[in-house]
Amino acid sequence: MLEIRNLVVDIDDKRILNGLNLTVNKGEVAAIMGPNGSGKSTLSYVISGKEDYTVVDGEILLDGENILELDPAERAALGVFLAFQYPLEIPGVGTMTFLKAVMNAQRKARGEAELTTPDLMRRVREAAEKLSINQEMLKRPLNFGFSGGEKKRMEILQMALLEPKLCILDETDSGLDIDALKIVADGVNALRSPDRSFLVITHYQRLLDYIVPDTVHVMANGRIVRTGGKELALELEANGYADYRQQAAE
Amino acid sequence: MGADVKPLRTAAETALIARFQAAANSLPGDSATGRRRTEAFDRFEKTGLPTRRIEEFHYTDLRALLRDAPEPAARPDAAAVATVLARNAAFPAPLAIPSLDFVNGYLVSQPPAIAGVEIVALDAALAAGDALTSRLGALELAQDNPMLALNTAFMAEGAIVRVSKDAGDAGLQLRFANAADAPFSSAPRVLVVVDDGASLDLVETHAGANGLAYQVNAVVEIIAGDGARVNHTRINAEGDAAQAVSTLSVSLGADVRFSSFGLTTGSAMSRHQIFLGCAGEGADITIGGATMLRGRQFADTTLTLDHAVPNCNSRELFKTVLDDESTGVFQGKIIVRQHAQKTDGRMMSAALLLAENATMNNKPELEIFADDVQCAHGATCGQLDDDLLFYLMARGLPRKQAEALMVEAFLGEPLEFVAREDVRDNLVALVEGWLAARG
Repeated sequence: MLEIRNLVVDIDDKRILNGLNLTVNKGEVAAIMGPNGSGKSTLSYVISGKEDYTVVDGEILLDGENILELDPAERAALGVFLAFQYPLEIPGVGTMTFLKAVMNAQRKARGEAELTTPDLMRRVREAAEKLSINQEMLKRPLNFGFSGGEKKRMEILQMALLEPKLCILDETDSGLDIDALKIVADGVNALRSPDRSFLVITHYQRLLDYIVPDTVHVMANGRIVRTGGKELALELEANGYADYRQQAAE
Repeated sequence: MGADVKPLRTAAETALIARFQAAANSLPGDSATGRRRTEAFDRFEKTGLPTRRIEEFHYTDLRALLRDAPEPAARPDAAAVATVLARNAAFPAPLAIPSLDFVNGYLVSQPPAIAGVEIVALDAALAAGDALTSRLGALELAQDNPMLALNTAFMAEGAIVRVSKDAGDAGLQLRFANAADAPFSSAPRVLVVVDDGASLDLVETHAGANGLAYQVNAVVEIIAGDGARVNHTRINAEGDAAQAVSTLSVSLGADVRFSSFGLTTGSAMSRHQIFLGCAGEGADITIGGATMLRGRQFADTTLTLDHAVPNCNSRELFKTVLDDESTGVFQGKIIVRQHAQKTDGRMMSAALLLAENATMNNKPELEIFADDVQCAHGATCGQLDDDLLFYLMARGLPRKQAEALMVEAFLGEPLEFVAREDVRDNLVALVEGWLAARG
């Protein structure tokens, strides 16, 4: 599904990713853990196509196709979805209007027929219910005045509606209390399927109690420095990142 | 040097002076009206076309911009009227509101019959010495404005509208359309008197042929009595070579609910000046604007709001979107007189620059002489937010579509000032059309 080869990325002449290699198989849930500043969020942005970064070397292959030349919208149409750590507010654009625009834009890019309004409403209502998103929230401008938990649920709602191939969750647990975290994790777990891969980026092990990963990768100094099973997350929780920081400094 | 500092007249000014001298005696109205014309023209002649040395015209030098004064439009014949009206049938999208039609400044339609609403052609009212003509130009605040004075000097075409309380929730469209074979000028004037407790939705639209360098100096005056409610919407969709100066002069009685919203997409050069005076306490005022410019368009909105009495609230929100090499101007002045305590006034102007060579001049001002008021003003100039653009694109919206959504969101807030949904739909369609033309 996702294969990253020797990825080297700079921002403003500062090296952030330094020869990163990573493979996520179809249906796999891979966790990326690492200390602050290790390049986790940069990795999520570069996969999604944010412009502020300079890709110096390497490739990002999605189902064998290098996506580095594609803009974020083209990548989204291929099935890349990034759930933002800090979802943005759009005052003036109703949530339903926004959902209709993005769902139909992706369908159009894939050569599929646009959704009719009743069909769209039905899909949104069903998906919203599972995430405890009420009709009142859907009537408001997107994310405008939403709490941290509401914004994260809205991200998962979009993920459910857009049915991506590759879901990247960037610190989705940040700012969530335990109840909100459970709702979000249940939403993510419901989307797990043999055809869909997840890249779960997190600083803390807590999220991985609820979204249990198949593999855990430790990132430090802009590359993957260790790969293991879900037990690796517990080890990190017990010992912290001190070893990796040291390793990175050497 | 001791030389004469008498300003040199431009070709346009010389032509206007000659034209007034030639026409003064044939313009409609009695001797009192004649005197008003002469006084008004004297006021105009004193300054001439305003230059940037006059503070209110600092960004909009009309002397430099209005180089010629094209001949006044001839009265269009029936065939020309039919052609122009047919061309404009789709603009605005049909509204269930009776309309008065103007072609090249001339009133060309029979006034619609609306219960409780009197409508008279301006030239007829002036010629007959109609009592309402004495209320033309009543707002002191606007007296010294040279462009208003120029309109007063020549006023002939237009209408006087009086809405009584019996009219219920009345509505009226003023549809101005412009098209001709050669450049022309026009100076229509409409006075709308809304009686105590009466209610009016007034929709004013201006459209014109592209590629035609016509000049308009239009005036709409609104006098709202105590407890009246007026919702005014104005659309400038003039032709792309038009030069359009317009004045909205508003006098409000006590406890009036007044809103005015202006959308500007048309004309090569436009200046919309709003003068609003509160004469009675308890008025609630909302003034909004949305301007979308491209190419080398120039648009100025200049607002002067006089809180002359206590206990009035006003909200002003103007948004400007500028593409290519366009230039926008917003000047807003809120005056709070010494005895106008408990005034609550808030003014905001925000501009969104879509291109590097676009320019916005924002000048909000407060002049407060009272000590127990709440007033605020703000102005911003910004570009599209890169992070938000990335967010929208990462959800699958192609760049242009994502930008369009952001522009719509930016303009959405003042559009909410327009209460009537069918009118707002027209505005939204214009915004969408403008964005679609961006490609």
